[in-house]
Formats: sequence, structure tokens, C-alpha cells
Amino acid sequence: MLARLADILLFQAGFNTAVVTAGTTLLGIAAGIVGIFVVLRRRALVADAVSHGTLPGVALAFLGAVALGMEGRSLPVLLTGAAVTGVLAVLTVQWIRDNTRLPEDAAIGTVLSVFFGVGVVLLSHIQTLPGGGQAGLETFLLGAAATMNRAEAVTIAVAAIVALAAVALLHKEFAVLAFDHDWAAARGWHTRLLDLALMALLVLVVIIGLKAVGLVLVIALVIVPPATARLWCGRIGPMTLLAGAFGGIAGWAGTAASALFADLPAGAVIVLVAAGMFGASLLVAPERGAFATLLRTARQRRALAARAMHEAG
Amino acid sequence: MPTVAAFITVDLPALVLAICACLACGLTGNFLVLRRQALVGDAMSHVVLPGIVVAWLVAGTIDSLAMMAGGLLAALLATGLIAAVRHLARLEAGAAMGVVFTAMFAIGVVLIERSAARDVHLDTTHALMGALELALWLGPTGWGDALAAKNLAALPREVVTLAAVALTTAALVALFFKELRLTTFDTGLATALGYRPRLVGGAVMAWTAIVAVAAFDAVGSILPIAMFICPAATARMLTDRLGRQIWASAAIAVLAAAGGYFAAAFAPLWTGGTASLNAAGMIAVVAGAMQVAAMLFAPRHGALARALARRRPVAAG
Amino acid sequence: MTPPPVTIVDSERPAPWAIAPDVPLALRGLTVAYRATPALWNVDWDAPAGAMSAIVGPNGAGKSTLLKSVLGLVPTLAGEVRVFGAPLAKARGDVAYVPQRNAVDWDFPASALDVVAMGLYGRIGWCRPVRRRHREAARARLAEVGMADLADRQIGELSGGQQQRVFIARALAQQARLVMLDEPFAGVDAATEHALVTVLRGLAATGVAVVAVHHDLATLADTFDHALLLNVRRIAAGPVSEVLTEEALQRAYGGRLAPTQLRALARAV
Repeated sequence: MLARLADILLFQAGFNTAVVTAGTTLLGIAAGIVGIFVVLRRRALVADAVSHGTLPGVALAFLGAVALGMEGRSLPVLLTGAAVTGVLAVLTVQWIRDNTRLPEDAAIGTVLSVFFGVGVVLLSHIQTLPGGGQAGLETFLLGAAATMNRAEAVTIAVAAIVALAAVALLHKEFAVLAFDHDWAAARGWHTRLLDLALMALLVLVVIIGLKAVGLVLVIALVIVPPATARLWCGRIGPMTLLAGAFGGIAGWAGTAASALFADLPAGAVIVLVAAGMFGASLLVAPERGAFATLLRTARQRRALAARAMHEAG
Repeated sequence: MPTVAAFITVDLPALVLAICACLACGLTGNFLVLRRQALVGDAMSHVVLPGIVVAWLVAGTIDSLAMMAGGLLAALLATGLIAAVRHLARLEAGAAMGVVFTAMFAIGVVLIERSAARDVHLDTTHALMGALELALWLGPTGWGDALAAKNLAALPREVVTLAAVALTTAALVALFFKELRLTTFDTGLATALGYRPRLVGGAVMAWTAIVAVAAFDAVGSILPIAMFICPAATARMLTDRLGRQIWASAAIAVLAAAGGYFAAAFAPLWTGGTASLNAAGMIAVVAGAMQVAAMLFAPRHGALARALARRRPVAAG
Repeated sequence: MTPPPVTIVDSERPAPWAIAPDVPLALRGLTVAYRATPALWNVDWDAPAGAMSAIVGPNGAGKSTLLKSVLGLVPTLAGEVRVFGAPLAKARGDVAYVPQRNAVDWDFPASALDVVAMGLYGRIGWCRPVRRRHREAARARLAEVGMADLADRQIGELSGGQQQRVFIARALAQQARLVMLDEPFAGVDAATEHALVTVLRGLAATGVAVVAVHHDLATLADTFDHALLLNVRRIAAGPVSEVLTEEALQRAYGGRLAPTQLRALARAV
């Protein structure tokens, strides 16, 4: 088993497995790098609304394709549907926040659960159609990296590269947007446009993560690697690269592990690899880790208290 | 329409489950929404999963109390972890919750898939969408004997648990209305008057976890989020008084549960379909539709009323 | 700055001021830190009864922190807070507080009367409901600040000055002997500020100690009797005219206000 794991990790376990592993690795890198700006812009849970918002799109795309006599299970068709309702979810969150008295958190919760509810109803309708039971749309809930075919993996890899290229072009602007939105707006930058671009990239990484990680957990790829990178350094440049690295490792090692245990949903395994790296970093990171912080704060507070007592007499 | 016996056996328990789940979530949700903790409902619904699975593995039976204890412990662990992540990684609350609840949900999923749990009772689809339709009341054959002791004893376990949780929620809100209002509105005054806002806040959190565990069986882990948020948010659009908001949210919750269940169970049959749709999902859809209507058309705070008020600044001033 | 002489009996200094039950608020060596950054350093101060006292100082001087530590909202690192001679836990009923305007959720589903009634919660106690007589008492307090007609308005629909009056009525309902306000005049116009000062002066005239965090040095002397000038440490305290010296202001605001401004302020007093 270990030999097989090594084979997969080293891309030696057959061409198909190698392509799938490469695809999810690229996905992890792209999600981590887009995620750093999403997290710094405080949009982490908007990503949750996007990912749950894709479910009705997947179901509607399937129904539409079948109605037009096309192959309903085609990944590009399903992901197009996912993108449409994912974008709709972001816009709905923004509309509720801007036009009602309800705060953003209530807007996010409403959108993610109601969109998911619509998706669940549509899935239960698809189940009753002839052949609908074999549609396999449930794999979009928790991901099935191991069952991806080569074309699907290539689609994901290409989309991930597009996302990376977009960030490479716009990273300076995104950094300013995330760090100081008002300053950017005052300088006359088109912050609304930049925000939309960032949300578009977020939707892109979420929908390409659907097949491998599943919509329930894909936001972990957008949040956890950036959070891990934040523990290790304070400057945005290295932080971005680290987030990409952590995301890539999670995609790569998680896919390999889920290929070994066919009954494990890939999404959960990939997320656990990412969470494991986060947990370890949380404890041992040199500046911000738990041990370092506890020791430092206790020392400083003791010194302060002693000084205060001394000065007071 | 189904026969009376079929209705009592199949639809009645599911309907009662749906109403109780929505009522418990909807009442609790008022305080989550007002405390800007709507997403805590989201997080709690996810993090109780590993607790439930571990409780199932340890206790070996589907015991409501064991599952609640497991869910509560998981919620407690999650609360501590979220605080630690916020403090150490200096992440905003949303991102910190996202890190913790995805990780714990992933652990729950792996535990289900790697243990015998999925063969017997739990599976991941159930965990996500719930299985409202699985509760059957075997015994009564008509309205006449429904209240016979023998048949009451045969009530599905989940129905009894959720009814108890819903009634307790209502009782707690009534008993602690004043405390909840004060600690939600003004932590400073609550502390000064000795009302222990952190204790009350912790209790709200813990009760959210208990409600999430109780509702999990019927509606899974994602749809309770709709029941936590939508009724309270809808009521929020309609009134400016807390008491009325709570009554309204209860009414909306019951309406969404009943409307959603009937739409899922019977509407497809009337329109020529062959099988019913997922009821938990349909309840979320109905709750969402009511909220959309309230956000657009609420008399004073709806988007339409606001747009009209902006058009007539003189009348508004 | 010379701190007031404090008689130290031993290093734990218990006795001398456990016996000052007529001092509404006494701080001794109060030190508060957020993580490892001190926000208040070794502050000694007595707030006088029956007078209006201001806590002034530049941004980040620890003014709001001082208020919060008196309310028990932040833990103290060293030193003590005494309210009418008693530790905070025993004197909670004596302290009322009016939060900073932007710390309040004005959209909260509560009417003016609901908010004033909250001042009575301390006497109602856990689990007991708010009854008609409590509501009548709250209505009477609202009438005292001239707000009887607006009792059933949602708080967000009131003007800034009306909102402040609601919170002052809540402090009245608490029957507290020490009322703390966080920037009560921020964001209200001059006429409203004047009306609020009249209400607060009336309160002080009944013997209540009114302590407010205040931002505007220019209006300090007109509104307040006493002041505590703060910049993490205590810079000066006492009657306003004695506190606002050029030298003390220089020490508190040095580098933040131009010397000419400081001189003009000191002269104005």
C-alpha cells in the first residue's frame, strides 16, 4: 500500500492517475492563491454561499441538457450551470446586504441554505426521472477525485492555470484592495470592478473544485491554506506563495490518499490534509504559533504587572 | 391524496417533525440574527456531525441523549478552536469559523464512511439533506385510535425528541426573554447589572448546538441553517418590536414547515409526477420565498417601500 | 505631574481606602493591558460626588478603557477600582452607563420604553418578567427627560439627541449614584448638547457623580466641574481650571496639537 501511495505521489501510478493528481494539485495552488485575497478582503464565508449556490446550477444544467437531448453528465455543461447560479448567489448576498436591513452574515446564511435547498429539491426530482438515478450528481456534494476522467482533469488544470495567470496580472491591485479598500477607492481605482474580478476568480476556483472536493467542503481550499500561510509570515508576497504551496500539497497528497481508499470522499481527505497542516502550524509557527504566543505574552504581562506594582510602591 | 391511515403513518410524523424542527430553529435563530451570529448556526450545524458519529460509535445505539451529548461536546470543542484560531492567526470571525467547521465536518464524513455507521443509520447523503420521510408511525389506523396509549408509545423516537426540544426552546425564550434581550442589546449594561452576558451568550451557543443535533436527524446539517436564519430574518423585515418579531418568526417557521412539506409530498402527484420531492429542501425553498417576499414588499423596511420613500423625501422628512 | 499622596501600609495596600464609602469612584494604581500593550498605567483618581467630571486625553489615551474597567468589561492587570468604597462586584447597582453612540445597534427591535425599562432589570432579577408597574416607572423616567411622547418609537427612528436622552433616562431608572457616559455629545448639534448638559446638571445636583469621556477640550470648562487628563498615565486631575494648564496639555497632547492651539486652550480656561 505504501508503495502504491509513493507511486501516486510521484505520478507513477498510470497516466490517468497522474493527470488527475496534477489537476487537483493545480486546483489547490489556484484556490490557495485566490483565497489569500478573499480572506484578507474578509469575504471568506461569501465563498460558502458561492459553493452551496452552485448546486441548483448543476441540477438545472443537467435538466436543460437532457431536455435538449444532450449528454447531461458532461462536466463543462454542469460547471457552466454551477457558475451561473454561483454568481447569482454572490449577487444575491450583495443585494440583501445593500438593500435591506439584514446584515451580511444573515444574507450569506440565507443564500447558502436556500440555494442548497433548491438544489436538493431539484436533485430529488432528477432521481425520479428515467436514468436520473445514474446521473451521479451527488458526487458534487463531497467530491470524487478518483473517478475523474482525463478530459475532466485537463479541464480543471486549464481553468486553474487561467486563474493563476489572472492573479499574476492583478496581484498588486488585489493586495491594495484587500489591505485598504477605501484608500484604493479614494485614489480613483475601480474598486467595484476589482471586487467583481476577485469574486469571479473565486467562483472559478469553486466550480473547478466541485468535482474533486465537492461543494460542501470546497471553501476549505479557499480559506485553510491562506490561514496557514498567515501563521508563518506577515508580508503578502511570501504569504501568497506559501498559501499556493499549502493548497497544492493538500490537493496532491489528498488525492493520492483518496485514490487508495476508494470509499473515502476525496473532498474530506483533501480538507483533512489542509487542516492537518493548519493545526501543526497553529501550534509550532515561530511568531504566531500557540506555543510562541503563550510564552511571549505571559512573559510580557508578568513584566508589565511587576513594573506597575513597583511604580505604585 | 393518501388514505387517512397512510397519512397518519407516513405524513403526520414527518409533518410534526418538520414543524418542530422549524419552530426550534426559528425561535433560536432570532437571537443568532440579532447577535450578528447568523453564521454560528451554519458552523454549529456542521460541527455537530463528528460529535454525533462518535457518540453513535461509542454508545452503539441511536440514543438521542448520547447524540446530544456528542454534538454538544463537539460544539464546545469548536467554540474553543474558533477562539484560538481567531486569536492566534488573527483571522476575522468568518474565516476562523470556516477553518474549524470544514475541518470538523470533514472528520465527520470520514468517520461515517470508514465505520459501520453508514450501513445502519447514517450516510453522508442523509447527513447533508436529512431524511424527513423516514419517520413512520406504525400503529394507528385512523384518527379514532391515534390517542390510544399503545399507539402513543409507538410514536417515532425522533418525533418525541424534536417535540420536546421545540417546547423547551419556546419555554426558554419565554422564561429568559428579558435576559436575552438585555444581553443581546447591551453587553455593557448587562455586565453592570450582573446578568452575565458571556454566560447567556454561551448558553445561546450551546442551545444552538442542541437544536442542530435534534434537527439533524430530520433535516440534515445544511437545511437547519435556513430554519435558523430565514424565519427570524423575515420577521425582522416586518416588525420593530422584539416580542412581535419572535411571534412572527414562530408563525413563519410553522408555515414554512407545513407549506414546504405539502408542496414536496403532494404537489408533484397533483401535477402528474410519480414521486414526492425532498421535503427538507422544499421547506428551505418556501422559507426562502417568504423571506424574498418580505425583503421586497415589507410595509416599511422592504426594498420597494424604501425606494418609494427615497422618491418622496419631503413626505419622509 | 505629582500623583496624589497615597499612604501605603504594606505592599498589598488594603486598608486606607476600603473605608471611603462617600467617594463615588476611586481608582488606585489601575493598570490595564491589551495583550502586552499597556492601555492604562498606574492611574490614581477620585471622582467627586454631585459633580460633572470629564475624562479627557488624546486618542488611544485609555479613556474608554478606563470606563470599561470600571464596568468590569476588561480585566485589570494591577490596581483596584472601588465604587462607594466597595469592590465592583458589590456595587454594580450603583453604576449606570451610557454607551458610545456607535456602539449601539440602533436597528435593534426595541422601543424607547423598552430601553429605559432595561435600567430596571437589575432590580427585577433573573427570570422575572417586566410588569406593568415597571413599564409605568420607565415611562415616568422618560417623562423626566422630556421624551414621554416618543416612548413607543423604535430607537433608530429618534434623533441623536433623543437617543442620548433615552439612555440618560435608563440611567435614571437604574437609580445609580455613579453615571458613566462614553462621549455623550459626539455627533449631536450644539442646541442638543446644551439640552443634554441641562439634564446631566440636574442629575449631578441631586448628588449623583456624572463621569463622561469627553473629546472636545474647547467646551470642557463650560460643561464640566472636574477633569482627569489622561494619556495612558494620569497627567493631571482636579477642577477643570487647574487641570487645563499649558504644561499639562503639552504633556498629554504634545506632538498632536500645535503649541499655539495648546496655549489658546489654556488661556481660554
